[in-house]
Amino acid sequence: MIQVEGLSKIYRVAEKQPGLAGTLRHFIRRRTRNVTAVQNVSFKIEPGEMVGFLGANGAGKTTTLKMLCGLIHPSAGEVQVAGHRPQRRQAEFLRRITLVMGQKQQLLWDLPPMDSLRVNAAVYGISDAVARRRINELADLLELGEELTRPVRKLSLGQRMKAELLAALLHEPEVLFLDEPTLGLDVNAQARVRQFLAEYNRRTGATVLLTSHYMADITALCPRVLLIHQGRLFHDGPLEALADQLAPEREVRLELESAVAPDAFAGLGRLEQLDGCDVRLLVPRDQLTTVVAQLLDRFPVRDLDVSDPPIEELIGGLFRQGRV
Amino acid sequence: MGRYWRTLRRFWCTAVAVQLEYQVNVLIELLAVAMSLSGSLFLLSLFYGPEQTLGGWNWAQALMVQGLYTVFDGMATTWLRPNLGAIVTHVREGTLDFVLLKPIDSQFWLSLRTLSPAGLPEIGLGLGLLGWGSHQAGVVLTLPSLCTVLVMLLAGGLILYSLWFLIAATSIWFVKTWNATEVLRALLASGRYPLNAYPPALRLLFTLVLPVAFLTTVPAQVLLGEAAAPMLLAGLGLAVLFFAAARAFWLFALRFYTSASS
Ligand SMILES: Nc1ncnc2c1ncn2[C@@H]1O[C@H](COP(=O)(O)OP(=O)(O)O)[C@@H](O)[C@H]1O
Ligand SMILES: [Mg+2]
Repeated sequence: MIQVEGLSKIYRVAEKQPGLAGTLRHFIRRRTRNVTAVQNVSFKIEPGEMVGFLGANGAGKTTTLKMLCGLIHPSAGEVQVAGHRPQRRQAEFLRRITLVMGQKQQLLWDLPPMDSLRVNAAVYGISDAVARRRINELADLLELGEELTRPVRKLSLGQRMKAELLAALLHEPEVLFLDEPTLGLDVNAQARVRQFLAEYNRRTGATVLLTSHYMADITALCPRVLLIHQGRLFHDGPLEALADQLAPEREVRLELESAVAPDAFAGLGRLEQLDGCDVRLLVPRDQLTTVVAQLLDRFPVRDLDVSDPPIEELIGGLFRQGRV
Repeated sequence: MGRYWRTLRRFWCTAVAVQLEYQVNVLIELLAVAMSLSGSLFLLSLFYGPEQTLGGWNWAQALMVQGLYTVFDGMATTWLRPNLGAIVTHVREGTLDFVLLKPIDSQFWLSLRTLSPAGLPEIGLGLGLLGWGSHQAGVVLTLPSLCTVLVMLLAGGLILYSLWFLIAATSIWFVKTWNATEVLRALLASGRYPLNAYPPALRLLFTLVLPVAFLTTVPAQVLLGEAAAPMLLAGLGLAVLFFAAARAFWLFALRFYTSASS
């Protein structure tokens, strides 16, 4: 469904000093600098796959997605999506894809989502009856109801994102590009969006390429992960392999009723921090349940929290260790 | 074609719905129009005593020009400003991407996405002024002359649109520094008075470089029987030329947008 071969993007950025003088100098003698955002990336995605596109901020995820949609032209390399070259932006191609961007919205701010949906239906040439049916189906899946008839500015961020998804899926695209669709949402809304995407993929067999810098999105949805770092593709494969590689340990935070001596934690993972009643441990994934059980058993625990370290840290760690 | 037509209807229905969300704005807009029109009529009247002329145009004839100007200003308020003014915002906020991903012509979308009904009364007012001025100037309206004026109005509208769109399209390069709308407003404002009221150098500029003359002065001349077929053809030719230029420039701007920037 998606084929990418040797894809690169080099942005040309103006080197301009701030202020009026800088602008003038720039006008007279143009100085530019090349920023390589994506470098020689190749992969292939089969129809119906859900693939996570993982990488720190500035790794080149958005740039790659934009090239796959045809919004920007590659500096080098070949892209094929649904049998088309995206950069030609043929109507036939555009009908088969969609792009959702977590930080931008297409819905009209002052109007209920329903009005924007009607506009989209007309643009895609969907008849009223069909549009109504699809809106109902998708609204059911997304648990949207009267929100669709309330002005967008009066919706919560989560509701707005769900309405954005509806607007982006009205034309039943076969390929979904999702750029940080859960950005800024609270945990509940994130989970809801995730559930929806999984269900949508199951029902329609759509191909999904999803970027996120929340590990949880990727863990929940994508059996296959592409990891990109500084524009290069470093991992393409099952999530487990990456998860073990990236985060062989999980972080356990404890809040105790009373302070405990450091050596009490021997054999319970690696003690990272002990600050009175606050404890931070790194525990290997496969020992997590036993260690947590023992912790609860041995200590007066007031609060316990298990988390993945943030992706940025993980990837950073990976590179420091020279494992990729 | 049916799809474009249906889309257009949807565009304008939503546009009107947005306006109804802000009824106060419509009132304010109307008030602003009334004030600006009476202001410029007053200014115009200062130039005219009884029997006086301005660059060979008498009071009634100048009213016709003022009427035509008001029509175009209304067109700008209703159609051009809300649509073409939004292009900068689209570029700045990156929502142009959504437009470019729709299987519909992006220039069509950007040019006709919305309408502000606030300018419609202004268009009516302008037409009224034109009619009254013509009557005072002793113009005998015939079907051919009416048709001619209609064509001139359409050609003028197309010229104004194309110019405005050209300038708005440059926001792809000058994202922050550029307020195309104000420049165009100022330009259009020079069409308030008959062309002959300006010094020759400006007259040349307004005819050849920025064809404001074709928006107001020429249609009035056509009505007064002072300009005929060649002028009409020139106006139409210019309209087509400007539209083609706007179109070509937009395609060029898009190529830049997709190859260089983001
Ligand atoms: N329009 C642009 N012009 C110049 N550089 C850009 C542009 N867009 C992105 N970049 C640069 O390209 C790199 C990749 O950016 P991006 O694709 O947005 O990363 P991500 O989405 O993974 O955070 C970054 O270094 C960024 O600064
Ligand atoms: Mg990004």
